[in-house]
Amino acid sequence: MNTPKELKYAKTHEWVRFTSETECEVGLSDFAQDALGDLVFVNLPEVGVEAVQGETICDVESVKAVSDVYAPVSGTVTEVNEELLDSPEKINEDPYGAWLFRLSDVSCPEELLDAEAYDKFCAEEEH
Amino acid sequence: MGGYIPSTVLQQEEMLKEAGFSSMKDLYRDVPEALKLQKELDLPKGMSELETARTMRRLAGKNKVYDSVFRGAGAYKHYIPAIVKSVVNKEEFVTAYTPYQAEISQGVLQSIFEYQTMICELTGMDVANASVYDGAVAAAEAISMCRTPKKKKVFVSAGIHPDTLKVIRTYCWTASEEVVVLPLKDGLTDLSGLDGEASCVYVQQPNYYGVIEDLKDIAEKAHALGLQVIAGMEPFAMCLLETPAECGVDIAVGEGQPLGMPLSFGGPYLGFMAATAKMMRKLPGRIVGETEDSEGRRAFVLTLQAREQHIRREKASSNICSNEALCAMTAAVYLAAMGPEGMKNAAAQCYAKAHYLAAELEKAGLKRCFEADFFNEFVTKCADPQSLLARLEEKGILGGLPVENGILWCATELNSKEEIDALVKEVSA
Amino acid sequence: MKTLFERSVKGRSCAILPELDVPACLPARTRKQALRLPELSETDISRHYTELAGQTFGVNDGFYPLGSCTMKYNPKINEQAAALEGFADVHPRQDNVQGCLEVLATAEKYLCEITGMDAMTFQPAAGAHGELTGLMLIKRYHELHGNTARNKIIVPDSAHGTNPASSAMCGFTVVNIPSAEDGCVDLDKLREACGEDTAGLMLTNPNTLGIFDRHIREITDIVHEAGGLCYYDGANLNAVMGIARPGDMGFDCIHLNLHKSFSTPHGGGGPGSGPVGCKSFLASYLPGEKVVWEDGRYAWQDRGPESIGAVRSFHGNFLVVVKAFTYLLSLGREGVPAVAQNAVLNANYLKHLLEGTYDVTNKGVCMHEFVLTLEREKKEIGVSAMDIAKALQDYDMHPPTMYFPLNVHEALMVEPTETESKETLDAAAAAFLEIYAKAKADPEAMHHTPYHSPITRPDEVKAARHPVLRYHFDD
Repeated sequence: MNTPKELKYAKTHEWVRFTSETECEVGLSDFAQDALGDLVFVNLPEVGVEAVQGETICDVESVKAVSDVYAPVSGTVTEVNEELLDSPEKINEDPYGAWLFRLSDVSCPEELLDAEAYDKFCAEEEH
Repeated sequence: MGGYIPSTVLQQEEMLKEAGFSSMKDLYRDVPEALKLQKELDLPKGMSELETARTMRRLAGKNKVYDSVFRGAGAYKHYIPAIVKSVVNKEEFVTAYTPYQAEISQGVLQSIFEYQTMICELTGMDVANASVYDGAVAAAEAISMCRTPKKKKVFVSAGIHPDTLKVIRTYCWTASEEVVVLPLKDGLTDLSGLDGEASCVYVQQPNYYGVIEDLKDIAEKAHALGLQVIAGMEPFAMCLLETPAECGVDIAVGEGQPLGMPLSFGGPYLGFMAATAKMMRKLPGRIVGETEDSEGRRAFVLTLQAREQHIRREKASSNICSNEALCAMTAAVYLAAMGPEGMKNAAAQCYAKAHYLAAELEKAGLKRCFEADFFNEFVTKCADPQSLLARLEEKGILGGLPVENGILWCATELNSKEEIDALVKEVSA
Repeated sequence: MKTLFERSVKGRSCAILPELDVPACLPARTRKQALRLPELSETDISRHYTELAGQTFGVNDGFYPLGSCTMKYNPKINEQAAALEGFADVHPRQDNVQGCLEVLATAEKYLCEITGMDAMTFQPAAGAHGELTGLMLIKRYHELHGNTARNKIIVPDSAHGTNPASSAMCGFTVVNIPSAEDGCVDLDKLREACGEDTAGLMLTNPNTLGIFDRHIREITDIVHEAGGLCYYDGANLNAVMGIARPGDMGFDCIHLNLHKSFSTPHGGGGPGSGPVGCKSFLASYLPGEKVVWEDGRYAWQDRGPESIGAVRSFHGNFLVVVKAFTYLLSLGREGVPAVAQNAVLNANYLKHLLEGTYDVTNKGVCMHEFVLTLEREKKEIGVSAMDIAKALQDYDMHPPTMYFPLNVHEALMVEPTETESKETLDAAAAAFLEIYAKAKADPEAMHHTPYHSPITRPDEVKAARHPVLRYHFDD
């Protein structure tokens, strides 16, 4: 499993890449994409939506399942990755390149995990 | 009498014993005694097949079948080519389940794929679903496709089928949406009350009174206010008039019964739904898509299933499960038998015969209520519809439907000149 | 095989209509868009669909044990009755339909007797449509009783997906409750979930694990005491009709699937019919018109201002009702319970033949269906429920329902129905056991089943990622 050191992670399996102090990108971890299997569609959030840490923000579809994506931090959606609408497979192929949405005014009431802690968390969850 | 149970009493006893039960009653040991029905059902004794056939024939005989029908109003009598019934009566098609097991359901899947393509061709729209229950439900489902959290209002024309209006009202009630009816002016939808507060507007083409609406104009005005436009289309009219796509409609729906389905006292019918590519994922119900099998051969499957209730459960935007697959196949076989020229011809004949009927009725003293052009239905004034219809009835003619201030008449390719002349003769008498 | 569009030859046609016999005329604005319907001869069409029929698995092509779908034999006399001109060629807005009205009135009477309900509507066109209608009755009831806070419907996790979807569509919030260990309703969890916001409960009994919930009276009492109503999903009525009635179990409204328990065919996905029955206190809310007997004849009557309105045009899927009614006439009072008993017997017999080999979720007696779980095999040898299901296709059997109910992992839900003989069940069991042995010997080979179907497993990921939903013409 691939867990880049420079990213932060939520227990709900999203990764967060801070691009400044108050801005970030969010995507699904390698662990998540592997567990979900071949993704076939992403219901992206609308730009302008207020993300609340720990609450559902959008969902991803595989052939026989829908899985909620939770906001790993709070903030305002400023941009969504529309490329994924036509090529959802990018999430499976390159989970850390395939960001879902970008947030501004980011706040993070509950602390995120670093790569090491996240790996440990996933290892536990597998059992 | 039978219950179509093949096991003999002896076999039933063997099976009971083998599975560890002492009797049939023992099978229900989990059902508390107090809940068990302590009496025989108050139903007649079971019948032999001969008695059943006789009873059903007697009941069917109590209904009047007319030689000559001039009534439409949402249910239309057209000629049904012999090939249609022959195909859709094939046992495999009649009895198969929903094609979830694609490997052994390619026949049904391909037939739906072909149906979806034909609906796209008729409407000119990009995508179609595998059908819903009927035209009225198709309209209500289309309205829910347009639903947004902010706009709790929808516009519908007063010119839509009254049953469709009822169904829309019922569905919108569950969604706490207000239904605002746009009145008619000279038989056409009056758009002056339209505003941008609503999510969509639903109109019918031609409308319930047969009048051809200016759909292009409706779509332009509604789009300018930020509304989505839904049109309920008559399938033959689409072959002759500008298509919903040409008019700029977002969702085209309608009642597919005229495409090869008998009147059937109202059902089963066929709700078709087509939309722009942008709205594809909002379409409710089943959709068939093309793909490949593991050896690279073309294959068809139910697709985009993650929209649907069996996966999305309470988050699904529609609860629709069954479609009307056999009716969709009926429509597809009908359209294949008619072909493009046949459909255009049939549509032109509907139009021409209705216009001939209108002209002849006018000569007989029944004037049309609205000046605007019509497709295959129109309303005439009539002082005493009941006695006129009763007179026609005696001649085996089902006349038009009484509506406020008059009669709603219908003609299709099935009504010969001779029949029309015979009707007019009675009207004049 | 080719599509109709690929068989099309420009200029080919069937001679269906005569020439126009009145003056020709055209509207002012006409269609400019091309109309690319196929151009075919009758031979082309006939052969095309014969070929498609060959790639379709019908009830008469073999055993069809789809759990919860009740794929029983569809009697021919039903089809013959529905095709009678006196039913098929009658306009929904004409008079002189005493026969049609008698069918509707009598079918209502019989089905109310079977379910313990007082009134019924035939407007809903399918089971899910019936659910929605039934929930609307509940919504109307609370609305008219000023219970504005009652907006939650309780649904057990073993329920059909349509239950929560219908609830949400009807404007309710869904409260999912987990099942107890034995698959039945967890009474404590139910009590916890019930409160002043409870609008009602939706339940199938027997449930989707094929178990009759013996606490059903307590369950409906708990909900009633909390002020909610109880909705019976009639999908599994085949197990208990003539034996026990939802009305006596405490349910207030129900839907039936005429295309399940009452033998009308599924048509590859429809048309079905999902009549909704209710107790008398809900009857004035039913949609559509009702049939009454007055002055020596049947007549339509408006249901009044409390009615929810309409859920479909006209009177629903009438010809489907004709088929179910024909079936009821054939069965009669003694046939209805015999159907249920034999459905339950067949399920228990087949379960008995399989349970030494396969893991069955329900150790005790089952009703009309039972659930196998391949969870152990999936872990140990990598063979899934899907693999077994697909392998059954090579034995001229339709696979059972897969991956349902959701509270069982690697589930296969088996419902043989009463119209299968002992010989068919023995042969099916032999096939199940042979496949199991093969799976143990060569698990890898199972992933490529079926081997003898018109196509191998389709690429569903490709279909969903890049949807091709219509034929695309070259030009």
